[in-house]
This record gives sequence, structure tokens and C-alpha cells, in this order.
Amino acid sequence: MSLTNKLQYTDASSVTRLALRDALGFPVIMLIASMTGFGSLARESGFTLGMALSSTAGIWGLPGQLAMTEMHAAGVSAVFVILAASLANARFMPMSVSFLPLIRHPDHNDRWSYLLVQLLSINSWAAGIRRFPTIEVIHRRRYYVVFAVVCITGGLTGTVIGYFGVSAMPRPAALGLIFLNPLFFTVLLAGSQSKAAIIALIIGIPLGPLFYLLSPEWGLLATGLIGGSLAFWLHQRYDKSDV
Amino acid sequence: MSESSLWVIVIGSIFATYVWRYFGAVFSQKINPDSALFKWVTCVSYAMLGGLISRMVFMPIGPLEVVPGWIRISGIAVGLIAFFLFKKQVLIGVGAGLVVFTLLVSYH
Repeated sequence: MSLTNKLQYTDASSVTRLALRDALGFPVIMLIASMTGFGSLARESGFTLGMALSSTAGIWGLPGQLAMTEMHAAGVSAVFVILAASLANARFMPMSVSFLPLIRHPDHNDRWSYLLVQLLSINSWAAGIRRFPTIEVIHRRRYYVVFAVVCITGGLTGTVIGYFGVSAMPRPAALGLIFLNPLFFTVLLAGSQSKAAIIALIIGIPLGPLFYLLSPEWGLLATGLIGGSLAFWLHQRYDKSDV
Repeated sequence: MSESSLWVIVIGSIFATYVWRYFGAVFSQKINPDSALFKWVTCVSYAMLGGLISRMVFMPIGPLEVVPGWIRISGIAVGLIAFFLFKKQVLIGVGAGLVVFTLLVSYH
């Protein structure tokens, strides 16, 4: 679709329709597909359906959800599982920082921000950044909430499909569902725009298995801290062109 | 593991994730998202992701353990190739990798 940065959406109902139209396509398909993988993995790792759904709605970030199920399956103690799940989604802090000012309006109570951040995911963040120039500031919050609610509904639907699908399907298809998790992320991350992120990913690839062999408990954290710091240092030193 | 201790993990992970969002909301009034600290945090989480994904492919835990390594790697490789061949369409990359993986698992 072609976009001009002209203010086009100035009334509530057209903003709602725009949000529905944007969400009910690629974003919702992606979420159903990716959370199907998570649902099946959660079941194979011993979580109940209620836990899987709570994780999807409550963590609402696939990397952390995967870290949680994977670390638990590896037999890591609860504190380290929680720490890894949290750190895998650390990006929510910078994402919220850059996003919230865009939907802030003097007529809104700012305390809602603490609830609104829970809805944020990479999909709603990217859609908002792209669309907001055409939406009047007071209506941006509406766009964001409608879009995010559609995404979460899709995510929960996918989780249920994956949870039951994994046992109902023939074995190769069920394995495929679980394989969807690393596959989906590899492809998604391969499209990263930020050079710093790409450097960090490439450094993390060998370090992950290596540090896991050295210590299943600390391995993932060490990969993040050591690999991430190295990537940060390399990027600061050799490339100042982007984030 | 008992159900209640699994719930501790789930609820603990939910709150520990919300902490990032919460501080994002607090800092959004004051702090510059382009600062070095945020870049470092981004690098740490991406390195963790890279490490987690590669461990899942090369040293899987659970059901994927029984799938030969070359099949797992083929699935990832085909997914990446399809992704870059078809204008970086995520669904095409994921679909191609998934089909190849499932066929290889079925007929190897």
C-alpha cells in the first residue's frame, strides 16, 4: 500500500477501521503461525493449556516465551528460567520508551500508559510507527489498542491450535510445529535492519551452544552479557552509522 | 515438576517481563531511546536470541532430539534461502523451511 505522510485519519471510526484492516492480514497470520509453534512446544515441555495461554497473553513476546519453555525443559532452576525469559524480552524497555510519546495526548490520563505497555509487541510497535504520521494524535491510542487486541486474539488462537494440534497430528507434522519456533525466529531475525543487532546475533550463534555445554544454568545469560557486550563494543568502535 | 511450581515460573516470567515495560513507561518521559545504555541492552537481548535459537537447532531439548541434525539444518537453510530469494517475505521463508523439514522427517 502506498503511504503519504499526510494527516488522513481524523475521526474515531475511520481509525478503528484502519486498525482492523491493518491487523487482520499479515500481522494476525504471523501471530497465529508463531504462537502455534509456541503452543505445541509448551505442551511438549509439560505446561498446561492455562499456563500456555497465560504466557502468551502475559509475557506477550515470543523470545521470552521460548526461553521460558526451553530453559524449563533443560531442567534449569526457576530463578534462572525467569531471568532468561525476562532478559530475552528486554527490548520492551527501549520499544516502550520510543513508542509511548507518540500516543501521548494531553486529554488522556497518563496513568493508562502502565496498562497500555502490556499490549506492546513488535507488530503493534512497527504498525504504529508506520501509520501514526497519518493519524491525528488523539486517535493514535485507539489505533494501537484495536490493532494490539486483534494481535493478542490471534496469538491466543494460535496457542490453542498448537497445544492441541501437536498431539492430534501425525508425528512429522507435530515435529514440524515444534521446529516452527527456531525456524520462525531465524527467518524473522535474518531480516533485522539494525547492524548492531545483526552483529549481536552472529556472535550469539556460536556462543549459545558453547556456553550451554559449559553451564546450562548460566549459558544463556552469559551468551547475552558477553556476546551482547562484545557486539556493542564492536559496533561502537567500527560503525557509527546506525543503532 | 508439580503444577504449582510450573505456575511460579509462568507468573514469575510474566512479572519479570512486565518490569521492562514498566520502566519503559517510566523512562519514556525522560530518557533518550538512542542512548548507549539502550543500545547495549538491545545487543544483549539479540545475542541471547541468537544463542537460544542456535542451541535449539544444533542441540535441541525434547522431541526434536530424535530428528537428525542434517534435517534440522536443512530446514533452517531452505527457510533462509527462500526468505532472501522471495523479497524477504517471512511467511514464504517459514513455509518453505517447514515443508522441507516435514518432508525430510517423513521420508528420510
